[in-house]
Amino acid sequence: MNHGCKLSEVSIRATLELLILILIGTCARAAEADAQNQLGAPAKPRVSQSFRDAIQSVLPRVVKIFGAGGRRGLYAYSTGFLVSAEGHVATVWSHVLDAEEVTVVLNDGRRFRAKVLGAEPPLDLAVLKIQEDNLELAYFDINQATTATPGTRVLAFSNMFQVATGDEPVSVLHGVIAARTMLPTRRGSFDSPYDGQVYVVDAITNNPGAGGGVITTRDGRLLAMIGKELRNSKSNTWVNYAVPISELTAITSQIITGRFEPARRPADQPDNPGRYRPLDFGMIMIPDVVQRTPAYIDSVVPGTVAESAGLRPDDLVIFVNDELIQSCRALRDEFGFLESSDVLRLVIRRGNQLVTVEFVVQKKQPR
Amino acid sequence: MFRRSVLLTLIILLVGTYESMAYAVDPSVVEAQRRRIEVVQRVASSVVAIFAGGGAGGGSGVLVTSDGFALTNFHVISSAGSFMKCGLNDGVLYDAVIVGIDPTGDVALIKLLGRDDFPHAQLGDSDEVQVGDWAYAMGNPFLLATDFQPTVTYGIVSGVHRYQYPAGTFLEYADCIQVDSSINPGNSGGPLFNDKGELVGINGRASFEKRGRVNAGAGYAISINQIGYFMDHLRSGRIVDHATLGATVTTSFDGAVVVDQILEQSEAFRRGVRGGDEVVSFAKRPIRSVNQFKNILGIYPKGWMLPFVYRRDGQKYEVVVRLQGLHRDTELMPNRRRPRAPRERPRPEKQPDDKEDRKPGRRRPMPTSAAPPAKPPSEHKHLFVKKDGYANYYYNQLEQTRVLAGIRRMGDFSKFEGPWVIVGKNQQGNQFEFTLADKGLGLVLADRAYYQPLDGSDLLDEPNGTGGLLVAMQHLKLMLKKAESVFTDLYYLGSEPLDGRGTKVDVLVSELTGVQSRWYLSRETGTFIGFDTRLEQGVDECQIRFQGFQTVQGRTFPTTLSIKRALQPWDTFNLERFEIGTPQSAASETQENE
Repeated sequence: MNHGCKLSEVSIRATLELLILILIGTCARAAEADAQNQLGAPAKPRVSQSFRDAIQSVLPRVVKIFGAGGRRGLYAYSTGFLVSAEGHVATVWSHVLDAEEVTVVLNDGRRFRAKVLGAEPPLDLAVLKIQEDNLELAYFDINQATTATPGTRVLAFSNMFQVATGDEPVSVLHGVIAARTMLPTRRGSFDSPYDGQVYVVDAITNNPGAGGGVITTRDGRLLAMIGKELRNSKSNTWVNYAVPISELTAITSQIITGRFEPARRPADQPDNPGRYRPLDFGMIMIPDVVQRTPAYIDSVVPGTVAESAGLRPDDLVIFVNDELIQSCRALRDEFGFLESSDVLRLVIRRGNQLVTVEFVVQKKQPR
Repeated sequence: MFRRSVLLTLIILLVGTYESMAYAVDPSVVEAQRRRIEVVQRVASSVVAIFAGGGAGGGSGVLVTSDGFALTNFHVISSAGSFMKCGLNDGVLYDAVIVGIDPTGDVALIKLLGRDDFPHAQLGDSDEVQVGDWAYAMGNPFLLATDFQPTVTYGIVSGVHRYQYPAGTFLEYADCIQVDSSINPGNSGGPLFNDKGELVGINGRASFEKRGRVNAGAGYAISINQIGYFMDHLRSGRIVDHATLGATVTTSFDGAVVVDQILEQSEAFRRGVRGGDEVVSFAKRPIRSVNQFKNILGIYPKGWMLPFVYRRDGQKYEVVVRLQGLHRDTELMPNRRRPRAPRERPRPEKQPDDKEDRKPGRRRPMPTSAAPPAKPPSEHKHLFVKKDGYANYYYNQLEQTRVLAGIRRMGDFSKFEGPWVIVGKNQQGNQFEFTLADKGLGLVLADRAYYQPLDGSDLLDEPNGTGGLLVAMQHLKLMLKKAESVFTDLYYLGSEPLDGRGTKVDVLVSELTGVQSRWYLSRETGTFIGFDTRLEQGVDECQIRFQGFQTVQGRTFPTTLSIKRALQPWDTFNLERFEIGTPQSAASETQENE
């Protein structure tokens, strides 16, 4: 023994003893687990009552939404979930909500009219309010939503394919969280207005009408809102993604409490200066013949900024710089307030996809 | 130095142990896997790989009896011809023959041949299935199983009591089970097993839309309970029809389900149902949506009687209604003999012009190819008999023989000549006397006399209000004497609960000069229980039920006849004396020995 290394000896010895203790403990636990495997521990009941109970507790909080649609074979239904006892419903922002009023049908068949209270297209989120007082509905407390890691077993609830009508409950799928990542959207091949945090699920959750449904843990705790159908046009593959509730909580609460304010022009400019018109960018809108003609682009003038920005006939303008556009007149009003070197950001609906288009407002050339 | 190496060794051991610990599996997971393996091994032998016509098309099926009856989808075998080849997971290819088909419900019954000890599935109760239950779908998706080992997919029940519209075809899936167990082309006709390995459904449809004809998370199985109602109908070898109430329903503006249109010739109309009446319950299930109503209607064969409760002006009415057929006979006859593409299978690319019909997520049946049907193997040729209106008349003949045995057991009534005389007392104690002769039928009851000539005159509702009691008694005499030779048509229909609520009875149907009679024998014992005679369509029949039997001239005859109309009692006749004529010429009473 080398007395000159007394200190290091002691520390090595101490470390050795510690390691031996840890090792013994670890081996013991491993052996126990092994033994259990070999003996075939008595199985828990195959479908435990708590699993069925979890499903039954979620189903009443998920609603079926029916609204605008039927044009060009677009589906007119989607899913939503209750976020307040009074009847606020969170869902995906989609063409289904284009109507003045939509119909919300509960799990037990009760039908209500609902109005869009607010929307945030960059989040693909909309919040509805059921037009009925004195409601005491089961709902999800979005502040109590939980999170999950890859490998977590989950359930998905939605009215995909409109299988459920009336008092039929929505459909339930099972799956596993495959990843938590950023949605890698790419204009032209993988378009989505939302490009934030998502869960990718290994179940085929994102089907027609499923958007606005929920992903929960197997014991019924809220995790995420099911997104829309999303296809990578280059590889023809579909992504099943859901938006974690944490991404939506702040805006949803703001919309419900009325504190939500998308960018607004100052209220003390009642007269519209009419600085720009759609035609100035090369956009020819459909004839404005009814009270609220939807803002469809009829044609795009070749060689204009609209054409190079990718706008096409039959595109429906939904937002101009975060201002909700519900008619041709509203579009003209918004354009009227533009100034040169403003960034003009349009959110348009093409088919059942939302596309964002941006360009800088050029100084108008004298005619 | 030594200590260092010991230290190193220990560290390595520790890391190694931690590694193995990190992957230690929860014992319940291992147990769940063990159980799945056990269930699959137990039931795989009952799963059938069906090859329809030249081996190029087909689907799946499942054996349900040891003598070889197997269930599949109608659309799997509809282009197959009468015989087909079926593979089981013992690697053997068996011959099979078609037995009965239900085109509307998309079910078919076939029989595998060559054994009487086929492995078969245990039937479960599809009404017990709940959302979240695990479900195995087994079969031959994409026709992958060249060794006939079925593919297994595993998932959960996503919805129950689902209704799937006939989309492009008349295949309707009422009250079906929705699963996320992967169901793909080739799975059609195959079994859906519950967690215990019991058969709860037959897979046949899926929602296909943008992702092509592959599973997109929603598959649908016909519930085994529905198939159970139809089982004897399928065994009858007929082309089976579904049912209608003779009325349509719709949702009123305040969400109630109300009768929309009703046929005046329907039994529902005769029971008092009118347009605008609110539907409260049907077959004892409350109705809260049109889909629910269709779900219930879709699972019963025509001819079944079901309770129906409706409300008008705050008053509830409870009636029992017999369901009538949904289709005309000609609509149901598929063009099966000719080897060409079936007419009613839509291709995914072809979109209907009418936008209203174009529902997203159309639930399409899986495709089969239109190869020429297999030639019947010579040793089994006799198991197929062609006849209009039948998938395979051979099996109807078998069932007729089986059920008629119950009537033959009562004795040989055919060897007697001359009129029948039946005397007794009715409920009030008044005397009645029937005389059933070849020229005419007579009844004297108390001081009233009734007569029905049999010279080609119209057949009347005599006594009035019975629906034609005299004609009914004539039919009874014909059935007991010489059924097979005198009726223009006689066939086995299937089974149903007597009068909508009683014991399961086999039903034989006879036709003679436009008059139809239905003959009821207990499914279990073969006892002759009673019959209905209907003078013409659209009119309530005369219903006669037997109570007790007595021996008369060596033959068995009912002691009491309970006579009803629309299930309302008309009278009860207690028989005291009964003459069935004199023995024919030479022979003495040696008939007992026959």
